[in-house]
Amino acid sequence: MAPITTIHYLVVAAALFVLGVIGVLTRRNVVIVLMSVELILNAVNLNLVAFSRIWGLHGQVFAIFVITDAAAEAAVGLGILIAFFRNKETVNVDEIDLLKW
Amino acid sequence: MEPVATTFFFYLLSGLAILSGVLVITRKNPVHSALALILTLLCLAGLYLMLYAPFVAGVQIILYVGGIMVLFLFVIMLVNLERSQKEKQFNQQWVPGILAAVALGVLFVTIYIKGDALFVRPEMRFPEAENTQQIGQMLYSNYMFPFEIASLLLLVAIIGAVVMAKKRI
Repeated sequence: MAPITTIHYLVVAAALFVLGVIGVLTRRNVVIVLMSVELILNAVNLNLVAFSRIWGLHGQVFAIFVITDAAAEAAVGLGILIAFFRNKETVNVDEIDLLKW
Repeated sequence: MEPVATTFFFYLLSGLAILSGVLVITRKNPVHSALALILTLLCLAGLYLMLYAPFVAGVQIILYVGGIMVLFLFVIMLVNLERSQKEKQFNQQWVPGILAAVALGVLFVTIYIKGDALFVRPEMRFPEAENTQQIGQMLYSNYMFPFEIASLLLLVAIIGAVVMAKKRI
């Protein structure tokens, strides 16, 4: 078989990115939408670490910052979800429409 | 030490990661989705190890799987409604959504095929025992400012999450 080059890792990262985008655009459950956003962030991380083998350690440091930001965003997003769930007992995205005109 | 069976482990880990990614976005029960996402994250940690990034792999397992996914599971247990699993799972715009995502995938593959000459072939080999030390040196010299901003961001996230989850502010 062909030796594993950088492009193999980039194709895997692109596939995970596309799966995350499909999850964000098509699911109704808010928690699964947030988990699809985490999939997208992980695809970006794989891209960064794959390129860091060519261009130096900067990609890995950036990947660590991305993981930190993903933690902060997941905490705040789930806090918003819990606060909303207390008002209206639903977890579906299309039923969260209190600001709709 | 030379790596062994790189092709086999790459295809195993990446196939398992993509398969569990498909499981994340298609399961009805959010607990099943969370477990599939944990499997994806562990496979990605294995891929980081193959890319000579042991520190990022360790951070991924400890922070992402051990922190963020446990938080997700807690919140799923709090908001898990039995009736939400019997309703429709996909919204009404699923066809344009899938078409847009496939167009994005085609764009990625086109870029990778056309830009093939830009990828330098012989990859660098970092000495394996010094990865953490070198990342530490870069964090405290080149990336000192983003490091401090990240700590500020975490403080803001803590305050925000606590305030939003309180019953009475």
